Amino acid sequence: MNRTAAPAEPSKKAPEGTLSGWGRIPLPGSERFGEDLEGLSASADLCRGLGRSYGDSSLPARPTDRVVNTVLADRLLSFDPASGRVRAEAGFSVRELYRVFLKQGWFTPVTPGTSFVTLGGMVASDVHGKNHHSAGTIGRHITALRVRVADGRVIDCSPQQEPELFWGTIGGMGLTGHVLEVELQLEAVPSPWILQESERIPNIDTFLERLEATAHDWPMTVGWIDCVTQGPSLGRGLLMCGRWARPEEAPKAFPRQLPRLKLPFVLPDFVLGPLSVRAFNTAFYWKHIPQKKRGIVHPETYFYPLDAILDWNKAYGKRGFTQYQAVLPKDNARRSARAFLELLTREGGASFLCVIKDCGPEGSGLLSFPRPGVSVALDIKMTDRTQHLIDALNAFVIAEGGRIYLTKDQLTRPEDLRRMEPRLDRFTALRRKWDPQLRIRSAQSVRLLGDPPLPETTP
Amino acid sequence: MILAILGATRGMGRALARQAAERGDTLVLLGRDLDELERSAADLRIRSGGRAEVRLVRADLDDIGTLAPSVEAAFAAVGRIDAVVVTAGLFGTQDALEADPAFAARLLTVNLSHTVVFCEAARQRLLAQGGGTLCVFSSVAGDRGRKPVGIYGASKAGLSHYLESLDHKYRAAGLVTICVKPGFVKTGMTAGLKPPPFAGEPDGVAKSVLRAIDRGQPVLYTPAMWALVMAVIRRLPRFVMRKVGF
Ligand SMILES: Cc1cc2nc3c(=O)[nH]c(=O)nc-3n(C[C@H](O)[C@H](O)[C@H](O)COP(=O)(O)OP(=O)(O)OC[C@H]3O[C@@H](n4cnc5c(N)ncnc54)[C@H](O)[C@@H]3O)c2cc1C
Ligand SMILES: NC(=O)c1ccc[n+]([C@@H]2O[C@H](COP(=O)([O-])OP(=O)(O)OC[C@H]3O[C@@H](n4cnc5c(N)ncnc54)[C@H](OP(=O)(O)O)[C@@H]3O)[C@@H](O)[C@H]2O)c1
Repeated sequence: MNRTAAPAEPSKKAPEGTLSGWGRIPLPGSERFGEDLEGLSASADLCRGLGRSYGDSSLPARPTDRVVNTVLADRLLSFDPASGRVRAEAGFSVRELYRVFLKQGWFTPVTPGTSFVTLGGMVASDVHGKNHHSAGTIGRHITALRVRVADGRVIDCSPQQEPELFWGTIGGMGLTGHVLEVELQLEAVPSPWILQESERIPNIDTFLERLEATAHDWPMTVGWIDCVTQGPSLGRGLLMCGRWARPEEAPKAFPRQLPRLKLPFVLPDFVLGPLSVRAFNTAFYWKHIPQKKRGIVHPETYFYPLDAILDWNKAYGKRGFTQYQAVLPKDNARRSARAFLELLTREGGASFLCVIKDCGPEGSGLLSFPRPGVSVALDIKMTDRTQHLIDALNAFVIAEGGRIYLTKDQLTRPEDLRRMEPRLDRFTALRRKWDPQLRIRSAQSVRLLGDPPLPETTP
Repeated sequence: MILAILGATRGMGRALARQAAERGDTLVLLGRDLDELERSAADLRIRSGGRAEVRLVRADLDDIGTLAPSVEAAFAAVGRIDAVVVTAGLFGTQDALEADPAFAARLLTVNLSHTVVFCEAARQRLLAQGGGTLCVFSSVAGDRGRKPVGIYGASKAGLSHYLESLDHKYRAAGLVTICVKPGFVKTGMTAGLKPPPFAGEPDGVAKSVLRAIDRGQPVLYTPAMWALVMAVIRRLPRFVMRKVGF
């Protein structure tokens, strides 16, 4: 059947437009939208979802590459209200999952810190949440995938069926194939509200102690660190522990949807300059007057505080920004977390947001990011010094035996990635098995994994 | 409410069907591909928490023979229908349509002749049951002959004209006709085009269309801003229209 109104074939010329990830650093390219993901994926070089990966993982390797945006492919396909197992097209978002299922008593067992992500994006990054220590990554809860591989076949895979493709695709940054459908085991929640306990933490050592101690009693924990203050208060911040409230603790009403603001324009560069970052960090810390607070919080406020301002990424000015996230192994976590922060302040990497989280066991995804230890994530505004800062942080992470999170990366050098990723060869072998030419690729895979050039003509 | 929708598989029709299902309406989905209809039906049932009843009927605007029977089948499936909604339609850029006469003929047929044939069948059934609403998606492109939407706009101008006449002729007999005129809305249909200012989202359109159906409003510009935009464009003198690009 002829389904397209105007079958405009992408021209060989580079398109005028650009695409960018959440860090707003653009590359030339264009994307195609459509409900018919199965059809569109047949000739796609890369799929992308809501573009919440910070760097270049969702961007085309070449301007003429065919990038398919999945967000219009957002149908729920099946749901079993007895077991909570749901199947949906890859463009279905956590925002919609929250809206449709929380009122039915179900939620995703793992969510990242924004609801503006697609199922396909969650799978490709094998995302983790505040409950990593108790629930693992999303991959643990994915029961099946339907994947379009490079030769055009559509493969159903699961931990039982084509397990290698399955576990390679989980955390595979879209490089093993295009995810068309995702089957996910939802979690039954006792109420739609969260019970949160938050606590002021005086320094980094206490932070790690408290993260470890609270992990036993709380399914969700996360810390916010003031990474401007130095000296004995280095690494002070707030620790937030949470769990779903029990019905008798929760308000009777269902949480109303919160209003969302929009930034009308890109903020000028001084707005998030060093002075305001310092002021913000200090205010955030001292606003928390009692040392400990406990109460019921709105699930959106708890999981997605940043979603309240739709396009807050415009706050970082014209040059955009990147996020650096690394996990430092458990054995030396305490020493290396402190050393990491010291390095950061020495290098002048003051950050608006610095998030710390202890990670549980490594997932089964071939390139899955988290591993036992402590994860640190911070936003870094792009300046002339940013590359140098990232190199310095990477050198440190390599020395500590840690690794970075690909979905956040923009500036890591391939030789550095190789030093922190002994799993790369296995991953590339798997890609080659399904895609000998490595046709499915991204700007990131060329930059970081060294995909060899392709002949100019694609079928 | 019981709604029949031709075009619920994608775009604004999909958004409309979802909002209707979420408020508990019964739906009949009409469309050209039963597998696609089945997938959309599953989506709607799950979103409604299992409450919504969803029926499927095949109807293809490319195939005139399917149209009147599909209306019969839809009424037979649920007995009575409060509103028949048509969002189905084709789009082509003026360049593509000028380059391909067969495509131009097809678009005019689908958007105008066959849509009218479908609406005629729906009109008769709605009148026969004592009344109801016929809500059809035309376009602001039908309001004025404009450079970028000459042929597509002609199909929508014809459709708007027809819908207005229905409103005049049958309102007293209980048929409420609603002509929806979307401005630029971000759907798969417009995905290759650069969005102008005031571009809308399908969810916002769906909300205003459900409200217009509830109120029986004969013409709806959506997003609302487009009523103003078109009021200005309709008044621009020809020598200006010859110069400008829109
Ligand atoms: C404010 C904020 C908070 C965040 N918090 C967290 C967090 O707490 N934990 C965490 O783990 N991550 C977090 N992230 C990162 C985010 O969860 C991931 O980058 C996620 O992959 C984004 O999903 P997306 O739909 O936007 O995908 P995109 O950014 O569009 O794409 C990301 C990757 O997925 C691939 N991809 C997307 N769809 C498909 C598909 N259908 N098939 C194959 N490949 C596909 C792309 O090729 C790309 O490699 C956060 C991001 C933001 C902006
Ligand atoms: N988007 C805009 O900016 C805009 C502006 C003004 C007016 N409009 C009008 O608004 C309406 C909806 O637009 P949209 O953007 O939501 O479009 P869309 O996303 O392209 O969806 C079109 C719908 O029409 C159906 N359809 C197409 N050809 C058909 C056929 N031959 N038989 C049966 N069904 C057919 C499609 O079904 P399949 O799934 O089978 O393809 C689909 O459900 C259209 O009439 C359009 O002309 C749109």
